[in-house]
Amino acid sequence: MSFINKRAKQKIAFSFFSLVSFTVVAILFVILGFIIIRGISVINWGFITKMPEEGMTKGGILPAIVGTLCLIAGSMIFAFPVGVLSAIYINEYLKENWLKKFMRSMTNNLAGIPSIVFGLFGMALFVDKLKFGDSILAGSLTLGLLALPVIIRTTEEALKSVPNDLRVGSYALGATKLQTIRRVVFPIASPNIITGLILSISRVSGETAPILFTVAAYFLPKLPHSMFDQAMALPYHLYVLTTSGTNMEASRPMAYGTAFVLIFIVLVANLLANAFRRYFGKKNKMN
Amino acid sequence: MKRKRLKIFEKAFGVVLFSSSTVTSLTVLFIIIFLFNEGIGLFNSTPVEQKYKFIVSNDNTVKELTSKQLKDIFNYDITNWKQVGGKNDSIILFTINDLSTYFTDDELGANFENLPSKINELIKKQPGILAYLSDKYVPSQLEGHVLPLTKITVKEFVTGKEWYPTSKPAPQFGVLPLILGTLWVSLGAILIALPLGLATAIFMAEVASQRLRNILKPIIELLAGIPSVVYGFFGLVVLVPLIQHLFNLPVGETALAGSIILGIMALPTIITVSEDALRTTPTSLKEASLALGATRWQTITRVTVPYARSGITAASILGIGRAVGETMAVLMVTGNAGVIPHTFLEPVRTIPATIAAELGEAPFGGLHFKALFALGILLFLITFIINTSVELIKTRKKS
Repeated sequence: MSFINKRAKQKIAFSFFSLVSFTVVAILFVILGFIIIRGISVINWGFITKMPEEGMTKGGILPAIVGTLCLIAGSMIFAFPVGVLSAIYINEYLKENWLKKFMRSMTNNLAGIPSIVFGLFGMALFVDKLKFGDSILAGSLTLGLLALPVIIRTTEEALKSVPNDLRVGSYALGATKLQTIRRVVFPIASPNIITGLILSISRVSGETAPILFTVAAYFLPKLPHSMFDQAMALPYHLYVLTTSGTNMEASRPMAYGTAFVLIFIVLVANLLANAFRRYFGKKNKMN
Repeated sequence: MKRKRLKIFEKAFGVVLFSSSTVTSLTVLFIIIFLFNEGIGLFNSTPVEQKYKFIVSNDNTVKELTSKQLKDIFNYDITNWKQVGGKNDSIILFTINDLSTYFTDDELGANFENLPSKINELIKKQPGILAYLSDKYVPSQLEGHVLPLTKITVKEFVTGKEWYPTSKPAPQFGVLPLILGTLWVSLGAILIALPLGLATAIFMAEVASQRLRNILKPIIELLAGIPSVVYGFFGLVVLVPLIQHLFNLPVGETALAGSIILGIMALPTIITVSEDALRTTPTSLKEASLALGATRWQTITRVTVPYARSGITAASILGIGRAVGETMAVLMVTGNAGVIPHTFLEPVRTIPATIAAELGEAPFGGLHFKALFALGILLFLITFIINTSVELIKTRKKS
């Protein structure tokens, strides 16, 4: 009797769990579906190639797209090399000592800092102290700092997944540390490092709080010319369109379109990263 | 020769590596230094506009006023000097707008050249006066004295119940409503996210087949990848009207809306971290339990979950941390009323939302600006404590 009870309980619990899990999945699809369905009708060639017009109720979002691309490029030029080099140093060069622990915990802490605090810091250091002003440069550096822990973490994981035997084998053949890293460790780890890069691009492209006070322009219907220019950006543009437009009803379709483009970038980046991981994961296993 | 060059190159590379990791690990310190540099000036400064003074009669025995008292005086909630520790005398407010009630234009002169002397007369005549004056109108031979204001203290900042940073003449920098708002929204979020997240984690770690898990995992990651401003947008156009309609509220922008959106945003963290924790439970323990005749469900509740308890705790703390620091989504759906909330159906304002909403308008280097950086320090400290406690839980588990 009690056995049947036990089974029944398990059945109820498991069906409850699967129900909850599918609810979570459903939430994602509702959000994505809502934005994609509402947004796709707005998207046309003009929307992504025109300047905003008539108080942002007509026209397109070209400057915001360009601004976001500039920020992605700028932040990655800074964060990718620094992040990868840091991870190599922490993982390959440091012995298990206090320094390694310190650097690990510092990067962990960096990952936990709220994005608005990065924004405050970027404003105080880059905009104010270093006199970059509200500029793509200041915004890129701020976003780069935000992306650093993501890149370091994924790179470290990639490096850890390289079997130690390979390193030892390389040393045994007389290779130096640098040669080993360049010829043995890095080629094997690189697909996962690239995955990290793509994921951090997806993260950076959607961040709003760090760019509020470092780069973002409310309305700037021209393309940036140098890295010292202000720029519009997709996430900030979406925020502006939804909360402080002059005619919010009329700019709603623009907001859906902007959200769609933003989601599109993030989705593509995520799918790409996943495909990359799977493809090279399989290939590595086969070797 | 080649060997030597290689060695130099190797050394140089080592230096580059070392410097980049130093930059990375010192960034946190830099952030602290810069936040303090900008924000610390709030404390030990007087909460009054620059180039303005409060003047009282020489007979007045009040030593100093806090900005709270000042605000109450200007709102006529305090009307007698006795209430702020002085003599029994009613307070007579005088600002530059009251000029015409006391003096005629002729008396003041065409270019207000007689103003300082007239003010002196007034201060002498009215022992209960409290004059709020710009420096340029303060008489050079003052017949009264400048009433100092209490400097802003850390305690006042953290426990003050009112956040009116732009109110004149007495801005109020009390962050308690913001702290409570942040806590309300974050706790609400975790109440929503923890049961959902834990159930999903258990499902993924213990119940689902490998194939199903391989489908679920990227979906959860995608949930983490959606930008917060998109969550905020979704919340604003779907959730807020829904809540307004459902509960028949004047506005739908409430703590509840914030909690729901933040709950969804905290889900991936909670799911991933607790799933990892559940997976660390040794198979031998589970098998032993099953061998004793327990069902899988009993094994989960009695063996797996208790074993992973610390990991699950870490997951919920991390989830709270995410919620506390989240800015844009909260800014868009909580209504941003800087008052102490009493129910989940009221608008609230959180610390990050306050910074995001107000920094753009705060005059550079002013008190309000400094106060927002002080809020940043507070936020940093809160998340720092949260992250450190997670680290501690994890290391304790290992040992």
